[in-house]
Amino acid sequence: MTVGSVDGSGAGSGRDAEGPGRGRGLISPRRGPVPVPLLVPALVGLAFLVLPLVALLVRAPWSDLPDQLTSPEVWQALRLSLLCATAATVVSLVLGVPLAWLLARVDFPGRGFVRALVTLPLVLPPVVGGVALLMALGRNGVVGQWLESWFGVSLPFTTAGVVVAEAFVAMPFLVISVEGTLRAADPRYEEAATTLGASRFTAFRRVTLPLIAPGIAAGAVLAWARALGEFGATITFAGNFPGRTQTMPLAVYLALQSDPEAAIALSLVLLTVSIAVLAGLRDRWMSAS
Amino acid sequence: MRGAEGRKRAKKAVGSGAGSTAGAGSTAGAGRSGAGLDARLVVRRGAFRLDVGLRVVPGEVVALLGPNGAGKTTALRALAGLEPLADGYLRLDGAALERTPPESRPVGVVFQDYLLFPHLTALDNVAFGPRCQGASKAEARALAAEWLGRMGLAEHAGAKPRRLSGGQAQRVALARALATSPRLLLLDEPLAALDARTRLDVRAQLRRHLADFEAVAVLVTHDPLDAMVLADRLVVIEDGQVVQEGTPGDIARHPRTDYIAHLVGLNLYKGVADRHTVRLDAGPAITTTEDLTGPVFVTFPPSAVTLYGERPTGVSARNLWRCAVAGMETHGDQIRADLTGELPLAADLTTVAAAELGLHTGAEVWAAVKATQTHAYPA
Repeated sequence: MTVGSVDGSGAGSGRDAEGPGRGRGLISPRRGPVPVPLLVPALVGLAFLVLPLVALLVRAPWSDLPDQLTSPEVWQALRLSLLCATAATVVSLVLGVPLAWLLARVDFPGRGFVRALVTLPLVLPPVVGGVALLMALGRNGVVGQWLESWFGVSLPFTTAGVVVAEAFVAMPFLVISVEGTLRAADPRYEEAATTLGASRFTAFRRVTLPLIAPGIAAGAVLAWARALGEFGATITFAGNFPGRTQTMPLAVYLALQSDPEAAIALSLVLLTVSIAVLAGLRDRWMSAS
Repeated sequence: MRGAEGRKRAKKAVGSGAGSTAGAGSTAGAGRSGAGLDARLVVRRGAFRLDVGLRVVPGEVVALLGPNGAGKTTALRALAGLEPLADGYLRLDGAALERTPPESRPVGVVFQDYLLFPHLTALDNVAFGPRCQGASKAEARALAAEWLGRMGLAEHAGAKPRRLSGGQAQRVALARALATSPRLLLLDEPLAALDARTRLDVRAQLRRHLADFEAVAVLVTHDPLDAMVLADRLVVIEDGQVVQEGTPGDIARHPRTDYIAHLVGLNLYKGVADRHTVRLDAGPAITTTEDLTGPVFVTFPPSAVTLYGERPTGVSARNLWRCAVAGMETHGDQIRADLTGELPLAADLTTVAAAELGLHTGAEVWAAVKATQTHAYPA
């Protein structure tokens, strides 16, 4: 039958031209041609997503790349980015997993409203998030003034501020992901644990947590990736000080104005990290679930 | 099994008298020194209301038997503390438990699909309870190993639940429940998840383990065979109420509701007896050998029914009814015919007899039952 299909595609005019008799020898039934009104936009969409990344590779200063990437500025920004994204992920885990549990397992009044509040940073423009953080934790902020006067702690324009900004934007991803996993997990395992004498916390720690570990890991990776790419809230709340608050996305944006080649090089680094995350997700969690 | 239609018909015959409780089951001595279980469980869930009383002495195995949705599992969950009581009380060995959270109740539960923790080995599953009760890791594991050994599962101690067969998982679940030394063991459909062959083995083993268990055991099942093999006493629940309780033999001989009659494979009717004649609520009369007066139940097995194509001559016309075949199904090496007409009933006959009669759905037949084959008892 290969001959038939080669002929068909070789005719060029498309599969529509094939008579019903042409497919007789095929072992698997044919579904018919892909409708053009779906195929064309699909291909345009694919090109739209892939083309910019290809352009990035095409225009990359491959010969200068080693120099660009070994410059201390790049390493500084990359180190800071990885560090802050990881710290923000840890913060999100410590606070977000219990929050997800609360939303999934405890029936309290106004739960739907609380869930809406949690998801708000997902849709909020990050710059607005940054302004809101300044109003809350800035030197004269609602909480920030007390942090300043009682503990001498000031978050804005510090590395800790970067972590705060990134966690603010990234934590909802983790909460939503973990809550979904919790809802899908059978709550009767927790019941079984309590009939064996486990308190609710022990049941969570020894039974629920291991059961939802894959969901937590997936949520953590999502949050980490989101934190790594954070721009708006970070630059608004933490500013743009090299070595202190200038993360990779900020460095890329600034470099683009002065040294476009450096911007491309930095972008390639972030692209590589993104692909690595995606690959990790696919292998470990996407296919597993 | 007579099928849904048969049940519906018989319900008409039995009427609403199903609610009368035998009351015979309130085991003598249950209250003695408060040992064992004494509970009245009232649980509301929307329109559904469960209200059952249970008294079980230590060493006794009671089966809650009932159709799906009757409230058996709800009763079990209420005993475990997983379902709050709307009313009633729960005393175990004299201690009031109705306000005690599940983790503090001396109760072990074997869940229907076992709910073995998938991330823990069989050993750690069994050790989970003792650990929660404060045993050290080593102590808990030693105890768990002992229980697995007792269940004949020593070599599977390191296996994760997904690598255990259904029967093995069931025994691990039993070991896990027993490892906390419960005073009340609850089993929810303990054999339902097993295939027919494993079921036979596991039922026998479970019976042995339950016989060894010195405290109170309550199991929930919709399978009458499981209930009769495993339990000393049956409590039949329908629509959230206890409709009958007693020993398996007593219940098999004297069913009081259509559901039970269906389970034990009897035709059951309710009527009013006047000496040897029982006038059924549904219309016709049945002649019996028992001499009774007042409301009674009458039963006869489907095998006691003889079918005729024509009105038989030379047969006592007393227990003879004109019927039509509503349905037929094979039942072992027999054919069970569902009949409607003067008296709805199920009749068993051989394949040959069915062929000779030319039996088919809608066929007119005459059904006869000898008075000596019927059994009447007070309602």
